[in-house]
Amino acid sequence: MSSQDIPEENLPAAQDTAHGAVGVADEKHPFADPGLPPHEHRIQDVDERAAKRSERSVALMFTVSMLATIGFIASFVAIPHDKSVYIFPIGHINALNFALGLTLGLALFCIGAGAVHWARTLMSDVEVADDRHPIEASEEVRAKVHADFKQGAKESVIGRRKLIRNTMFGALTLVPLSGVVLLRDLGPLPEEKLRHTLWSKGKLLVNMNTNEPLRPSDVAVGSLTFAKPEGLEQHDHGFQNEIAKAALMIVRIQPDNIKDKRELEWSHEGIVAFSKICTHVGCPISLYEQQTHHVLCPCHQSTFDLSDGARVIFGPAGHALPQLRIGVNDEGYLEALGDFEEPVGPAFWERG
Amino acid sequence: MKKLSARRRHPLAALVVLLLALACTGGLYAAFAPADKAQADETAQSLAIDEGKKLYSVGCASCHGTDGQGTTDGPSLVGVGAAAVDFQVGTGRMPAQQPGAQVPRKKNIYSQAEIDQLAAYVASLGAGPTVPTKEQYGPEGADVAKGGDLFRTNCAQCHNFTGKGGALTHGKYAPTLEGVDPKHIYEAMETGPQNMPSFPDGTLSAQNKKDIIAYLNAVNGEESESRGGLELGGIGPVAEGLFGWIFGLGTLIAIAVWVAARTAKAKKS
Repeated sequence: MSSQDIPEENLPAAQDTAHGAVGVADEKHPFADPGLPPHEHRIQDVDERAAKRSERSVALMFTVSMLATIGFIASFVAIPHDKSVYIFPIGHINALNFALGLTLGLALFCIGAGAVHWARTLMSDVEVADDRHPIEASEEVRAKVHADFKQGAKESVIGRRKLIRNTMFGALTLVPLSGVVLLRDLGPLPEEKLRHTLWSKGKLLVNMNTNEPLRPSDVAVGSLTFAKPEGLEQHDHGFQNEIAKAALMIVRIQPDNIKDKRELEWSHEGIVAFSKICTHVGCPISLYEQQTHHVLCPCHQSTFDLSDGARVIFGPAGHALPQLRIGVNDEGYLEALGDFEEPVGPAFWERG
Repeated sequence: MKKLSARRRHPLAALVVLLLALACTGGLYAAFAPADKAQADETAQSLAIDEGKKLYSVGCASCHGTDGQGTTDGPSLVGVGAAAVDFQVGTGRMPAQQPGAQVPRKKNIYSQAEIDQLAAYVASLGAGPTVPTKEQYGPEGADVAKGGDLFRTNCAQCHNFTGKGGALTHGKYAPTLEGVDPKHIYEAMETGPQNMPSFPDGTLSAQNKKDIIAYLNAVNGEESESRGGLELGGIGPVAEGLFGWIFGLGTLIAIAVWVAARTAKAKKS
């Protein structure tokens, strides 16, 4: 390639001077504006072969993208949706998901990478300075706008026709009320619903696993059982709302090891039933450690001591887990002797 | 025909006598041995208990007491049952290396025969859960979906919803259930090792336990498939978010830096 092919301004001799505004130091500006540094040309600007190479790389990336898109369509058609495949670092994964993700990712990436490579090597990279201009409008324009506004206000007769003005203000004030009224749809107030659960005197404790009422002999020391009130079935309407309040965690502690007097009174031969809902923000809490009788909440690490009235021994929870008073009915099944004494879950109410 | 005695100096005579003697002994053993075994099952059992007691005195007595009554260093083993021994020793947790918040799983140094002898001895101290059979924890007749339901109700709070494990209080933790022998999972549910509560058959039936094991095998087994690709430990949105913020965003920043980076110039400066 001879030097005739290169445009005049790209020759090395023309590159070494600064361009843009170049100022001179004077009294007002003690430091002269140095202007922009001299523009340096890329290999592609001076070497046509390098430019050709860049062009080919960009075209290659776009072509790979096209092939990847075809691959995407082909894998969508060809790969059965339940085929499993082993890919080394990941393990057994779904072949179709993997193929679709890989091809679509490649197709998109190659378009982006090609465009960036094109811009970096072939598009013009000459720095261009665009001087700032004042944002403020000129004095005449501002005066004109003010005059127009006053003229418009006068012509609208808003100052003279007071009835129109006042009713307009009234209408504009009332319109936002419709937005406020819509908030009513956030639901009926909970009223007493949060204060009561399905538990009541005589309700049997039903094992969540077997759906059978529990007998005292079923509950061994060191075991953990979850119970729901008798009559509440999984497919009932509102099951989730009810179980969210009534969920019960049953453990058995040697009566000698129960430190809290009321807890012992409300237990049956050491079988104690506590609410499964954390009193902090209502997470289901049942990480029970059978040797320490501690229960840990997985959300914020509140820890309760089930051998001491479910007292809070760590974490942000504000009060002990509510205990359900239980006994045994004539047929030998565990039953509730009433509802929880206090609302279960987060302490939304004032406890004084 | 020559008399038999005439051949007693034959070079092969000694060999013939030896073979006869061996056949005789073998025949007698074959005739009597099965009968012995049939009538002496109890003897074998008490032999296992004796052997177990010897192993116990060496490996366990220092913490659990000479007769399994327990000491300040270890709980009583009366009534824990063979299942507890099979679990604790079979997973290498016992004998414990050192006291601490929790005894970790480690390499098992006992053979299955020795574990059975130890289990026989501990079971003889007081009745407890027995070692489950293959039919009890095997995959036949198990309902995976029901097992998932039961797992999420009873186990997921500590062990994570796919059994990856999780942290508890004061250095204790729920271990991962990945790669744990189904038999040991069954025994753990039955006996409640360390701080894990037990789930006896009265509240979690044998069929329920089988379902849970089948569920774990479906989500955590050798062949189970991860539909979403990289699992990132399977511990939920926290790990995924962290990965997204650090690696996802990090890659984007790196690409942005590369896009705006100085390109190669024709003239070195």
